[in-house]
Amino acid sequence: MATRVRAAGAGAIWAAAMLVAILVAMAPATAGEAPPRRVVSMNVCTDQLAMLLAAPGQLVSVSALARDPRVSAMTAEAAGLPVNHGRAEEIFVLQPDLVLAGSFGAAGGAELLQRLGVRVEAFAPETSLDDVRASLQRMGALLGREAEAGALVAAFDARLAAVPRGRSPAPRAALFAASGYTSGAGTLPDAVVRAAGFSNVAAEAGIAGTARMALEKLVVAAPDLIVTDPRYAPPSLAEALLDHPAIAALTATTAGAAVTDADWVCGSPRTADAVLDLAAHRTGARLAGSAAPTAGGP
Amino acid sequence: MSDRPPLRLLAALALVTLLLFGVSLAVGPAGIGPGESLAALFGRGNPAAVIVLQEIRLPRALLGVMVGATLGLGGAVLQGYLRNPLAEPGLIGVSGGASLGAVLALYSGLAQGVALALPVLAFGGALAAVLVVQALAGVRGGALTLILAGVAMTSLCGALTSLVLNLTPNPFAALEIVYWMLGSIADRSMADVRLALPFVLGGWALLAGTGRGLDALTLGEDAAATMGVRLGRLRLRIVLGIAASVGAATAVAGSIGFVGLVVPHLLRPLVGGRPSRLLPASALGGAAMLLAADIGVRLIAPERDLKLGVLTALVGAPFFFWLVLHARRRLA
Repeated sequence: MATRVRAAGAGAIWAAAMLVAILVAMAPATAGEAPPRRVVSMNVCTDQLAMLLAAPGQLVSVSALARDPRVSAMTAEAAGLPVNHGRAEEIFVLQPDLVLAGSFGAAGGAELLQRLGVRVEAFAPETSLDDVRASLQRMGALLGREAEAGALVAAFDARLAAVPRGRSPAPRAALFAASGYTSGAGTLPDAVVRAAGFSNVAAEAGIAGTARMALEKLVVAAPDLIVTDPRYAPPSLAEALLDHPAIAALTATTAGAAVTDADWVCGSPRTADAVLDLAAHRTGARLAGSAAPTAGGP
Repeated sequence: MSDRPPLRLLAALALVTLLLFGVSLAVGPAGIGPGESLAALFGRGNPAAVIVLQEIRLPRALLGVMVGATLGLGGAVLQGYLRNPLAEPGLIGVSGGASLGAVLALYSGLAQGVALALPVLAFGGALAAVLVVQALAGVRGGALTLILAGVAMTSLCGALTSLVLNLTPNPFAALEIVYWMLGSIADRSMADVRLALPFVLGGWALLAGTGRGLDALTLGEDAAATMGVRLGRLRLRIVLGIAASVGAATAVAGSIGFVGLVVPHLLRPLVGGRPSRLLPASALGGAAMLLAADIGVRLIAPERDLKLGVLTALVGAPFFFWLVLHARRRLA
């Protein structure tokens, strides 16, 4: 502890003094494994896990994105909490004993906080439903709320079990976002698509991770369902692609259409809502008698 | 030199353009065979192939012809009228002005409500850019002042375009700066073709009638005036024609440089240096060059969305170097 204070506080006496104060506050947490009392989250996904699990008053700030309905499924809960913008300075003055961060984005801020002696726990983006369960349990352990986390995981599994059984062969869904990006194997959206009883067209085409899919390839893949993202208010050419007449021609004849929402962005219990919403499209009229792919293929 | 149009040259250029048009329809990631493509183009066969041909590849090939011919024709007219070998829509700020107008129409949401707002604002931007550059350089301005004014206008419009795109609340807008600077005709639709076509055709009609006036102008303004050319009218025709056609082309394809510079230079020796004969040849040549560049974009990096302006600049910039050296030798 003392060496950390010396290293971090070198050159600025007041900062060292502040650090000592914080470390004193943190001491019980590190010594007796007592739960943290001032938790700050700086990532929209950790925001939601923390809001679901934290004890009253335990979470002192979430990121500003938690209030953005496009990416956050818990805007109402976030409205009651102070927000931060992921900057080390504003988070440091909150005197947190635990900072929750994403392993991507604002990493510089998290790194700086770590050097200042603040405990930072980074969460990687979830890429499967098992990752979602693991993240919930890890968050529960970090916040000292293991029981609550176990209950959430059980509820999550119960919701997923409620997804109506799929038929065989599975209908085929294509994820198509702005600029023609799609999510292939090894991504959370792919897991959602499969859990909802669809086969993911991008994964069929050998795409792993997030990559572009040519509009032509989407058309000849002849998906049964095209899943696009919601549009931002002032238009952009990237999103205009989603309204291309070729896609309109597909959805007018052989394919159904669905739009994602904030439930799709982060791995959380809300991921089950995304699965259930998508599964509801499986019973859509268009899919009733749809055939296997008809085009020549790539 | 006869007065007859260079029919052989025009026929050859038309053939090349037609051929490239066909190749453009046959090339794409969907991997549809040539025979199947042809059938699908006319609505027969596999429905998915019909959609690919009619809704994705046909508008792309049509825009290649429209945009390329506009730039080739525009370059030939501007070089003849300004009697400046460096004049070109991209270099004298017209494309930049059109981009700015189009960006304002698109990202304000105006074009969503009123589709015509896009070509009209692009036309307005192009017109304003031409008028300002001409006012700065003077109607009889030398090569240097005109190019300086054009570069300044292009930089200003580029900066304002970037500013608008960065301030737009849509997070995707800022990523589209590169599209407006370098241009692309990937994944456009027949709606874009229909939107731009009236303006492009109107501009071509205005510019097509300038051949005789430009011929006379090669002898100097006074001589042209004595031959009955009304210079004020000629100028109005050219400014409106360029703004309408280049404006609409830029609105649906971004600004694509160097086509209007290279094509007239390559073809001028073949038509005996007469502007009236250069105009149709340059239009066809421009269409061929743009189609070729667009095919190249698809072959070089099929999954990467390479921009058209990258390829045209790769061809055009070395040509520009050659022009500079040529001009220096002539001055020395």
